[in-house]
Amino acid sequence: MFTALHLAIIAPFLAAVFVPLLYKKIPSIHTGWFVLIVPAILFVYFLQYIPTTSEEGAVSAVFPWIPSLGIHFRAYVDGLGLLFTLLITGIGALVVLYSIYYLSKKRESLHTFYTFLLMFMGAMLGVVLSDNMIVLYLFWEVTSVSSFLLISYWYEREKSLYGALKSMLITVLGGFSMLVGFVLLYSITGTFSIQETIAATSETASHNLFLPAMLAILLGAFTKSAQFPFHIWLPDAMEAPTPVSAYLHSATMVKAGIYLIARLTPVFAVSGEWLWIVAGFGITTLFWGSFSAVRQTDLKGILAYSTVSQLGMIISMLGVGAAALHFDGANGNNVFIGATTAALFHLFNHATFKGSLFMMVGIVDHETGTRDIRNLGGLMTIMPITFTIAAIGSFSMAGLPPFNGFLSKELFFTSMVNITEFQQFNMDTIGMVFPAVAWIASVFTFIYSMIVVFKTFTGPLQKEKLDTKPHEAPFGMLLAPIVLVSLVIVIGFFPNVLSYTIIAPAMASILSPLLEQGQQFEVDIYFWHGFGTPLKMTIGVVIAGILLYLGMKKWKGVYRLFPEKLSFNNLYDQTLDKGEVLSQKIMGAHMNGFIRNYLVYIFAFIAAFLLITMFYKGAFTIDVSDTAPITIYESILFLVLFAAVGVMMFTTSRLTMIIGLGVAGYTVAMFFVIFRAPDLALTQLIIETVSVALFLLCFYHLPQIAKNLEPIRFKAVNFIISAAVGITVTLIGISAGSSRMFESISGFFKDYSYKEAGGRNMVNVILVDFRGFDTMLEILVLGIAAAGIFTMIRLRLAGRDEL
Amino acid sequence: MEILMSVAAGILFMGGTYLVLSKNIIRIIIGTSVISHGAHILLLTMAGLKTGAPPLLGLEASSYTDPLPQALILTAIVISFGVTSFFIVLGYRAYKENGTDNTENMRGTDSYD
Repeated sequence: MFTALHLAIIAPFLAAVFVPLLYKKIPSIHTGWFVLIVPAILFVYFLQYIPTTSEEGAVSAVFPWIPSLGIHFRAYVDGLGLLFTLLITGIGALVVLYSIYYLSKKRESLHTFYTFLLMFMGAMLGVVLSDNMIVLYLFWEVTSVSSFLLISYWYEREKSLYGALKSMLITVLGGFSMLVGFVLLYSITGTFSIQETIAATSETASHNLFLPAMLAILLGAFTKSAQFPFHIWLPDAMEAPTPVSAYLHSATMVKAGIYLIARLTPVFAVSGEWLWIVAGFGITTLFWGSFSAVRQTDLKGILAYSTVSQLGMIISMLGVGAAALHFDGANGNNVFIGATTAALFHLFNHATFKGSLFMMVGIVDHETGTRDIRNLGGLMTIMPITFTIAAIGSFSMAGLPPFNGFLSKELFFTSMVNITEFQQFNMDTIGMVFPAVAWIASVFTFIYSMIVVFKTFTGPLQKEKLDTKPHEAPFGMLLAPIVLVSLVIVIGFFPNVLSYTIIAPAMASILSPLLEQGQQFEVDIYFWHGFGTPLKMTIGVVIAGILLYLGMKKWKGVYRLFPEKLSFNNLYDQTLDKGEVLSQKIMGAHMNGFIRNYLVYIFAFIAAFLLITMFYKGAFTIDVSDTAPITIYESILFLVLFAAVGVMMFTTSRLTMIIGLGVAGYTVAMFFVIFRAPDLALTQLIIETVSVALFLLCFYHLPQIAKNLEPIRFKAVNFIISAAVGITVTLIGISAGSSRMFESISGFFKDYSYKEAGGRNMVNVILVDFRGFDTMLEILVLGIAAAGIFTMIRLRLAGRDEL
Repeated sequence: MEILMSVAAGILFMGGTYLVLSKNIIRIIIGTSVISHGAHILLLTMAGLKTGAPPLLGLEASSYTDPLPQALILTAIVISFGVTSFFIVLGYRAYKENGTDNTENMRGTDSYD
């Protein structure tokens, strides 16, 4: 049944239809104001699901779409889906508000922007609220497409197109792999429903398609969430307008992969591979992203790599959290549950501070005309509000108290330290790498967070390098980031606002097997959690970070160890370039435009294929018992035929060749006589005569071509291929003649030609009576040929030379 | 005799293929004609060449040759004639328009690819 929930999911799509109309009809009001209504209403609508998900669990509604294939649009709202839904609609509303001030009404084509944005919003809602994998995949691809459209919003810029194409190729590659994974899962469980798949976990884990399905789905999640080494598309996607970067590439779309991993954790987490791959890729991405962010000079570039790194952090925590499923129950000694709490908490926090930071960068860009930190500086007194936003966002990102980033970083360290206590899958030995890498990555995170604030807002103001005279942004532009940083602070001080409303229900979706009926996870996020290892690690991060930030000039040379040439970007570019060159070479080598070449392929294939099949399958037989005897007449005719073919093959005279063809044709007619086929002989004689006359007319009497042909150059390849074709035909003829499977049906014609059709000439009766349909079409063929010939001779198109 | 005729069909196919693989348009058209002769002979041979009366009931013979392949060949002859004559005229026109009967020179414009 189609419910209000379904309507809510597709509402953005419906709204997108009206956007161009409003843009054209009401040009006096910025189109964004109309668009703002959609996410705002949806946000309020989805807020009312909070009590439902935290008390009763999940709500679902089914709308059958393709029931015969088991594809239903099943909207399924549980804690995890709701967390994402609120992020999508909430930040969506703020981003639309921000874009109203960011995008000019006069210069930009707003209708396309908001259409794409609404498309994206609807698709994202569909991804997180669909229970059916195929429907999820559908929405997943729509997010890829709309992201592609949004990145290339300024399509006259070459870099936008490059970035859009890159993100499209990488995310669609992953999306396709994800589809393969879903189909593999379907072949194990026989259902596309995620919840039913989770229910069937015990059977799936032992299936031999389990691991391929897991890897294929993980590839999809990793490409979408910009995990190492597929992170390369995200920095290039920064060519999109800043509201898009803030919305898609920090808060929502890049978290679709995280959603997928979290959603399928109950299915796959039983295996050690899942734990290692998810946590391993996450931690690698965390390190590589934070390490690369420090070398960037573009503010959006820093934020892009920072997003990559924070996504890696969330994913590594999800990986570690999966360890919880190897223990029973949600009781206190299952410490790994904390990692899942941390992942979800940081997921939310990251969306708040990263969204505000992107908007801050947009404001700086808007008011100064540059995003390059080498040209920026000294904006603190000119743009105090923007500075405050930047400071709060960055300090939260760096994990400093009293902001929410501090809490999630502490939880992160806790989970990384805890994983070393996990006794399975070598985690207790090699697992030591995790806290170590996490700590180093956090130091880099601290450094780039400081760069974002201090390089932009402190130091000397470089007026000559700025296009415009900088000033504070209008209030409307500041409103959205202010809301977000307020959240950063509020959640920093009162983290438990989220605990039971949002996080506990979301955990219940991820770690569902651990819960008994009616049980709930205990989530307690304290601001002061004791003087333990995590706090010491944070103090260490701050000290090391400050020292490294101050001495950055001295160790910057480290980056020369990893020159651009060795980057994955370069690998991607080279793959595309080389691939194009290679395919052009391959195409050019065999499709060279000469008909002869194509015929060589065709004939060689036919001969090779048939000969190999015949001998490999043992199909060749010779049975001479049933053959007719050879008489002198046939031998003579055979020799004549042989001679005629030889003459045709090697003569250079046009006339000799035509006569040779005539000789061959008449010889065939003679064969027909010998083999008791009077009608064939008659027809063959007449037709051969007419053909030869036509040949003579066209190629001997009419044109001014030299009477002699160029001598045919003897080509060994041609000869071998034609000999092979001849031998193949001979062998097939012999073999077919020697192995008769059943009697011919011709006894029927003998018995009934006169009785049924009233004719004594069996061949003619077959032609016009038993199989008259063939004859009719054959007449049609002749008619078409005649019409074609007439057209070719008579029709002269005017202006044909221009063609 | 079936074996001899199979060899004859093979020879026709070989000659036809060799001609088709050449560059000259007349050779190619004649090659297709030769191949169709080969195909007709092959059809007849594969049905068996047992000596019997021609398939005319008026002869009142005890056995007749198989009429069905003959009907098939008759159809094939007519069709191959239609196609061949079309080819001949097409080749002729192509020669008149392009001034060449060499297929290697018939390559359209350079901008193809």
